Amino acid sequence: MMRRRSTSLKVLALTGFAFLYLPIVTMVVLSFNESRLVTVWSGFSPKWYGELLQDDQILGAAAISLKIAFISASLAVVLGTLAGFALSRFNKFRGKVALTGMVSAPLVMPEVITGLALLLLFVAMEGLLGWPKGRGVVTLIISHVTFCMAYVAVVVQSRLADMDGVIEEAALDLGARPWRVFVDITLPMIAPALVSGWLLSFTVSFDDLVISAFVSGPGYSTLPMVIFSKVRLGVSPEVNALATMMIVVVGIGVVLFTWNAARLHRMRQREERAAAAGL
Amino acid sequence: MTQASLAQAADPRKPWTDPAAQPFVRIEAVTKKFLDFTAVDAVSLDIYRSELFCLLGGSGSGKSTLLRMLAGFETPTSGRIIIDGQDMTDVPPYERPINMMFQSYALFPHMSVEQNVAYGLKQDGVPKADIARRVAEMLDLVKMGSFARRKPHQLSGGQRQRVALARSLVKRPKLLLLDEPLGALDKKLREETQFELMKIQQALGITFIVVTHDQEEAMTLSSRMGVMNHGHIVQVGEPHDLYEFPGSRFVAEFIGSVNLFEGTLVEDEPDHVRIESPDAGCTLYVNHGISSAPAQQVEVAIRPEKIRLSRQHPGQTDNVSAGVIDEIAYMGNLSIFQIRLNSGKMIRVTRPNLDRYDEMPLQPKEPVFCSWGPASGVVLSA
Ligand SMILES: Nc1ncnc2c1ncn2[C@@H]1O[C@H](COP(=O)(O)OP(=O)(O)OP(=O)(O)O)[C@@H](O)[C@H]1O
Ligand SMILES: [Mg+2]
Repeated sequence: MMRRRSTSLKVLALTGFAFLYLPIVTMVVLSFNESRLVTVWSGFSPKWYGELLQDDQILGAAAISLKIAFISASLAVVLGTLAGFALSRFNKFRGKVALTGMVSAPLVMPEVITGLALLLLFVAMEGLLGWPKGRGVVTLIISHVTFCMAYVAVVVQSRLADMDGVIEEAALDLGARPWRVFVDITLPMIAPALVSGWLLSFTVSFDDLVISAFVSGPGYSTLPMVIFSKVRLGVSPEVNALATMMIVVVGIGVVLFTWNAARLHRMRQREERAAAAGL
Repeated sequence: MTQASLAQAADPRKPWTDPAAQPFVRIEAVTKKFLDFTAVDAVSLDIYRSELFCLLGGSGSGKSTLLRMLAGFETPTSGRIIIDGQDMTDVPPYERPINMMFQSYALFPHMSVEQNVAYGLKQDGVPKADIARRVAEMLDLVKMGSFARRKPHQLSGGQRQRVALARSLVKRPKLLLLDEPLGALDKKLREETQFELMKIQQALGITFIVVTHDQEEAMTLSSRMGVMNHGHIVQVGEPHDLYEFPGSRFVAEFIGSVNLFEGTLVEDEPDHVRIESPDAGCTLYVNHGISSAPAQQVEVAIRPEKIRLSRQHPGQTDNVSAGVIDEIAYMGNLSIFQIRLNSGKMIRVTRPNLDRYDEMPLQPKEPVFCSWGPASGVVLSA
């Protein structure tokens, strides 16, 4: 009985995973196809990867995407941490509830709308202030920071909510000024959450197509944008190879994120046990 | 009794008996409101240097809130807090010469035991060598010297509690606040630690304010204690005074157990009172006067250990009531008797088990006389 149940569970799980990963596996396999015709298998060859490395357009887009993802994730961690900290640690201030909701709004806002709104803002700003000049890396980074920051703020806020504020009070009580408490106590304790937030931001930014399409200008295409425009001309093994490499980058991010989340979970459990013993 | 102790020459170990003594901590009409809920209500309290003062009260009575105002984590809605002559009401916690040991210990989870204890000294810019020495000394004092390198999650509850104590003592604060310091320990470890805490307090001469909801702990530890209820301080006094002369029904019932008899005042002399009590089934005679109008409804409190049980009538006319033993609970060092008086009232009597073997032990369902002396009762007017 038990055994039958576990086999049927296995079958279910396999089906689910197949559903999720079969398309990706197909694409990865086809990226090693020697033939230029995507659907005709003519033998194994890594040559499309070699060709990718010759393609200046793709290399340029990859560089832009990595740079934007790195800078956006880093800025988002700083700003998101401050927002998350303010929302969970400052005493009740006016509009706190509204702000808490608003911080996470970009997570559920349709990307098309966010992109359009940002584009309109940049155009208006350029007209009024003369900055940012045109659309390119700066506008891409600003846009990516806005939605990445929301992820970080949510992660940090939930971590701080779990963390007992009494620990910070203990540091104040021992003579540490609020800024020192933040650096010595709060930051180390939320560090895993910051790493999570950074990785999440990096992958989300690296992946983003819709918002980027709105706010980037000519000559500043990100990798997803390049793939998308190439696919419109027909799927080529080269695109498959490129997409496979993107999956590798994002995959590394996801693995690190998961590993870090597990660590965070263990830490939380430990704190809970400690708190239970202390009360 | 309070009047009696006032009459004595001021005892240097009991500065509160000396009207000229300056309090070390002065809490002046402090009120704390959370929105429209009053957690601490117009509390005034004087605490003297080197005291070990216990704040006792039920859950939610405002003990932690009062302590947090002393530490500076909450600002009083009104009133002032003066420590060692300085008004501390608006001074932030990191500038107060006070340390606190938290109810949940609040150790820094990412720092070792050593680093936890050293943290406060580092904030004051104490030289490195001094920090190392003082931390080592303090860890030895709380017997945690061999655990210096461990992280808090690698310690047991009792060990964490010692680290928290060391961390709060190492800066040699003028005043140490302890919120339920022994809450997490089992009974045996708790009793041992109580005595250690008292020894450490006497050795260092630091003024302690200890919050607890365990009345036995308060009785054991404190020089004086204050009983809190619904944000008010109901009574302040030495443990003995609070136990023997509770000022209200709440204090009488909160500290130890007590039998309460309702009655009407029939004789009110300066040196004694007589109370007619159908509740007790006899006339109650108490050999100290009270200041109240006659024919007033009052309550008399009598502690279970002050009541004698006998098979024969003890021969006195007042303070004696007949009843039947309902149940006996053997507790090892003493036995607790539930007795139904002929008036129908249930009372509780405790007797120490002096002999291992009693020739003719009292049995359940046996009729007995309960009697007590003229000094045993306390008249409560509230
Ligand atoms: N920050 C706060 N906001 C609102 N109400 C509060 C706050 N802190 C405490 N209270 C309320 O004030 C009252 C007193 O709380 P306090 O923590 O002082 O009780 P306590 O005597 O320490 O109880 P315990 O023995 O359970 O620790 C409680 O009713 C509590 O709900
Ligand atoms: Mg409390």
